[in-house]
Formats: sequence, structure tokens, C-alpha cells
Amino acid sequence: MEKTGNPIMKAHSNGDEPEMYRVLTPDGEFMETIDEKIDKSLMLKMYESMLLLRTFDRKSVNLQRQGRMGTYAPFEGQEAAQVGSALALSAGDWMFPTYRDHGAAIIHGQELYRVFLYWMAHLEGSVCPEGKRILPPSVPIATQMVHAVGTAWASKLKGEENVSIAYFGDGATSEGDFHEALNFAGVYKTPTIFFCQNNGYAISVPFEKQSASKTISQRASAYDIHGVRVDGNDVIAVWLTVKAAVERALKGDGPTLIEAITFRYGAHTTADNPNIYRNQDEISAFWRENRDPITRLKKFLCKEGHWNEEQEEKIIKQFNEQIEAHLQKAEAYPKSDPLEMFNHVYAGESWHLKEQQQELRQILKKGVRK
Amino acid sequence: MGKSLTMLQAITEAMNQKLDQDDRVMILGEDIGVNGGVFRSTEGLYEKYGKDRVVDTPLAESGIIGSAIGLSLNGMLPIVEIQFLAFIYPGFEQLVSHAARMRYRTRGQFSVPLVIRTPYGAGIRGPELHSESVETFFAHTPGLKVVAPSNPYDAKGLLISAIEDPDPVIFLEPTKLYRAFKEQVPEEMYRIPIGQAKVVQEGSDLTIFAWGAMLREALNAAKKIEKEKGWKCEVVDLRTLYPLDRDTIVQSIKKTGRALIVHEAHKTAGLGAEIISIINDEALIYLKAPIKRVTGFDVPVPPFSIEDHYLPTVERVKQGIVETISF
Repeated sequence: MEKTGNPIMKAHSNGDEPEMYRVLTPDGEFMETIDEKIDKSLMLKMYESMLLLRTFDRKSVNLQRQGRMGTYAPFEGQEAAQVGSALALSAGDWMFPTYRDHGAAIIHGQELYRVFLYWMAHLEGSVCPEGKRILPPSVPIATQMVHAVGTAWASKLKGEENVSIAYFGDGATSEGDFHEALNFAGVYKTPTIFFCQNNGYAISVPFEKQSASKTISQRASAYDIHGVRVDGNDVIAVWLTVKAAVERALKGDGPTLIEAITFRYGAHTTADNPNIYRNQDEISAFWRENRDPITRLKKFLCKEGHWNEEQEEKIIKQFNEQIEAHLQKAEAYPKSDPLEMFNHVYAGESWHLKEQQQELRQILKKGVRK
Repeated sequence: MGKSLTMLQAITEAMNQKLDQDDRVMILGEDIGVNGGVFRSTEGLYEKYGKDRVVDTPLAESGIIGSAIGLSLNGMLPIVEIQFLAFIYPGFEQLVSHAARMRYRTRGQFSVPLVIRTPYGAGIRGPELHSESVETFFAHTPGLKVVAPSNPYDAKGLLISAIEDPDPVIFLEPTKLYRAFKEQVPEEMYRIPIGQAKVVQEGSDLTIFAWGAMLREALNAAKKIEKEKGWKCEVVDLRTLYPLDRDTIVQSIKKTGRALIVHEAHKTAGLGAEIISIINDEALIYLKAPIKRVTGFDVPVPPFSIEDHYLPTVERVKQGIVETISF
């Protein structure tokens, strides 16, 4: 059987390895002076955020294995891309995640127990905290990109200082909505950030089969919008890139297409077996050992004396407790009432739904279904 | 006070008044700005309200509907014009997977009030794929409302209601009737509630249910039958296709005991079957004869040289009435 993918960055592009923006090497060395752009406390926040997400993600995979959650889409390996991008946003910015971007959603303000509820298939799993603009994960591919054009367009029309960010993967770049979104955003110069996490695979299909384009970011030039290719496992490079895109958008200079090169260590979802389509152990080990987003920043922080194992142990313990508390909250949350499925289909009532709800109510009363 | 307007003019007037009254209202579509729309339904609005509110979009239905979803999420009230109903399919996913589900998925936290206006139906000697009547696709999608006016007065009142509705509304405009006749339309804003059918002609022997362009076929057939046979048909204009006005349907059947449904959409899984089902559930014992459907055939709408044979005609409707009443 043909297994695709080269365990280096090449799996993400065609031709020779194209350049990408990076400030922190995998060995934890800065390639440029960034002191003025980022301070230590923000770096620690990035680091802790990535640790929180990884702990959460691993817990979630375990919960699925234990039968306490449904099919789950893990993001381990992509923490820098999600943390770096989300931390560059302001509280009122619009976020359009996919099913693999709950890491970004959490950093932007979504609560952990809600994310659990979503994967537990609770009817209220996509509700976000009041006042936040975090939309439910898009399950169809690339469709949310045009929404982020629309919300950004409205912000511009209303003179509001907010950007909209759409998350998507490398597979999404083959969809028509990818094109339509970039084209519309270019025409109306909307303050939209198109944030692509190129993890090399759309489930099983590697980028070389996805497109003949050398890179994803180069597509920006076709729409005459700004395009950047960044090391998605370098949280600082991601943050700086998204920050610049936000500033460009708010200045009225329009959208940015960002291609963040990263890798998902695990399966597409807990229902997927990556051994079928790639040398999973080898390729995953390569990325973990050589490109891990958390290790990279840790090396730097430890070297500079900003972080140590004692702190790490302490914070992981704290995260475990926090996650456990949210898990308890999710599991203790009143179960979805089947009768609630009839509400919020429309703002008002309709005779169909009223009667069908009544029909189910009678069935439930008889105890036919539990 | 009223003015004598075509349906097209009534639609333009509704949009003009809403644009004037509410800053959040905007129109998006292909050729709707400078050109005033291929049918001229937005004529004069670009000049009056400018390029930011009457927007000539790129030629991309998913992009139009998808960005309209975003605009409405963020407080605008977009009216989307899709040039012909059969061109909506690239945006179908946006409607079904997002617009129709946003309120539901977020338990009312986010919603998508938007209107999709589109000409639909055959009989205009249009090229291929300019004549479809696929209202069923939308009526089958929970979260959408579907409206189809048959005259200028209803068109204005229903469009204003659609624009003010908190949920996405598919507003189907029968192309054949755009300029077919004029009617007195009040100058002020008025609303016709979504979900209310109208008995346009009272009768006692049979009820004809129709909507859009088929209403004229129904009325003409009823007139001829009365002259020829003395039978009095009640004619009901459904006006809203989702949610259907069950009460009006059932009341009429209780009165006449016979029903004929006329639609130009294909027969199989057309809304006629849904109306029969409502009568079956609510008024079966009042029926004196099986319910008949006179519809478009289960074929792709054919080239216009033979489209008149695809569409229900007054003769076919009359035949249906005769068969039902003499059952």
C-alpha cells in the first residue's frame, strides 16, 4: 500500500521547501531581536496556554476512549498555531473555527466545559459566553470563510474596530468557498484574517495530491491580497504574523491569507486510523522530536531562566484540576432535554413543531423512550 | 391612497421603503446595482442608496449568500437577489448548513435574519435552467421560511414581512407575473403575515390550492367551469409555502369536500403531497373524492418550445376539476 508523506516540512508543499517566517528555531534560539515586540509575560502566557490546550486535548481523547464523549477531533501538535493566532485578537473580534479549532476558541474565551459539552453532543455545546463572538465550529469545509467576510464587512460598514478570523485547513483550499471568500474579501477590502493551518493532510490526502500550488500563501497574490507563510509551530512567529494582519485590517488595508505550517500528531478524529495512509509512528515522532511547538518555547524560557520543571509540574497539576472541574461541570450539566430540540428552529412558534413536540412529550410520558 | 403597480414595481417599492426606513437593510446580488437587476427590480435604488447598500457583487452565489450570513450575524439586514432560482445551487450549502441552522446550533444566541429573493417558474420562454420551481428543497429544510406571492399587493406586504422576519426567508417571485398585470398597491408600508393563505374566491363544490403563477390558471379554470357546468370552486392562494396555513386548508375542505392542487413544480415530492397529507390528517372524513394534483411533470423543465406542455394549463386544471367532482 502506498503511504504518502515525507516526515519533514516538505509534505506540506510542492517542489523545494519554500521559505516561511520563523523567529524561534526548534532549538529555542531567536533568529532576530524581538525584545521590543513581545515581552516575557506574554511569552509565558503563550507557553501556559499551549500547555493547557495540550492537557485538555489529551484528556478529551481519553474521555472519548472511555465512552464519555463522542467522536473527537484532536489538535495536538497545532497548539502554537491556535494559541498564537487567538492571542493576537481583541476580545470583540469575530472567530469562525472549524471542528479542530476549539483550542483557538478556548483562548478567545470559550469555556472548557462548553467544549466538552459540544463533543458530548449536548444541544448547548455551541453556545459561547455572553458578548463573545465565537461561532459554532464549521463542519462543512471552507464554508465559514465567507461568513468571516460578511461579519468583517459589517464591521467596516458600521465603523467598528474589529476583525474577523476564519480558521481552516489545507484541504479547505481546494473548495470553492475558499476562492469566493478570498475574492470577496479582496473586492470589499474587509478586515478578515484567513488563517490556514496547513498540517499536511486533509484526513488522508497529503498536500501534494491536494494541489499543484507550491504553497497556499501564494494564492493571495491571485486576489491581490496580502499572503504570509509562517512556521505554525513557532508561537511567536504566528502571533507576530496575526498581529500584523490585524493592524493591516484595522488600518483599512484589507484581508490577509496566512498559511501556518504545522502537523497534527494524532488521527483526524478518534474514528480515524492514520496508520493506513501515512507512516504514522515515524512521521509523528519526527515532529514531536524536532518541531514540537511547546518544547521549542520551553527550551528558550528555561535557558533564559524564565521557566523550570518545578513550575511546569505545578501548572500542569493546576490545569488538570481546572479541566477536571470543567469536566465535572459538563457531566453534571442537565442533560439535553429531548423536547428542547423543537426550540430555536425559528424565533417564533410553528404549528408543526408545537405538535411534534407534543407528540414526543406524550411518548416520553409513557416511558417508551428513556 | 394607492398606485397601480406591477408585481415588479411593488417589490421595488417594498425594498425602497425598507432601505429608506432602516439603515441596516442592504441589497446584494449580481447586476443589481448600476444595471438595476436583470428584471429591473432594483431600478433606481443604487442611485438613491449608493454602492455600499445596493451592492453589485462578484458572480458567486455561495459567496453572496455566505457573506450575507456574516453581514446579518453582525447586525445588517441583507436582501440577496439570486438572478434565477436555478442559480442558487452553489449557495444551497450556505442556506441549508448554515443560515437555516445558526439559531438552532447556538440556542438563539446568533441568528441570521436575511431574505433571498429570486425569480422562479416557467412560461417566460427562458433559456435552460431559467424556469425551475424547486420550492420543495427549501420547504424541506427546517429553519427556512418559504414565500411565493401571486400579485403585486401580496408581493409588497409579504416582502416587507420577510425583511422584518427574524429568520431566513426564501422569497420566490413568479417571473411570469412580474409584469403580467397591475393592481392598486397602497403607498404606505403594510405587512402580510408569513404563514397566512388567502381565500381569493369563495366556492362550495371544490377547493383549488395554488400559489405563484399557477393562481391565474386556477382562477381561469374555476371561471370556465362555473360557466360550463355551474360548479362553484373555492380558490386558495397559499402565499406562504413554509409554514403552510393548515387552518385555511382544512376549513376550506370542510366546506367543499373536494380538493385539487395545482403547482408547476414536479409532481413527486412536490408540496401538493404535503397538502394532501394535511387534509388526510385533519379532514379525511369530509372528503367526497380523492384529491387530485395537476402539476409539472417529473421531467427536467423542457426547452421553451415545449414548456407550455410541461406546465399545468387551464384545460388540465378543468379536466382535474371534472374528474374530481364527477368521481
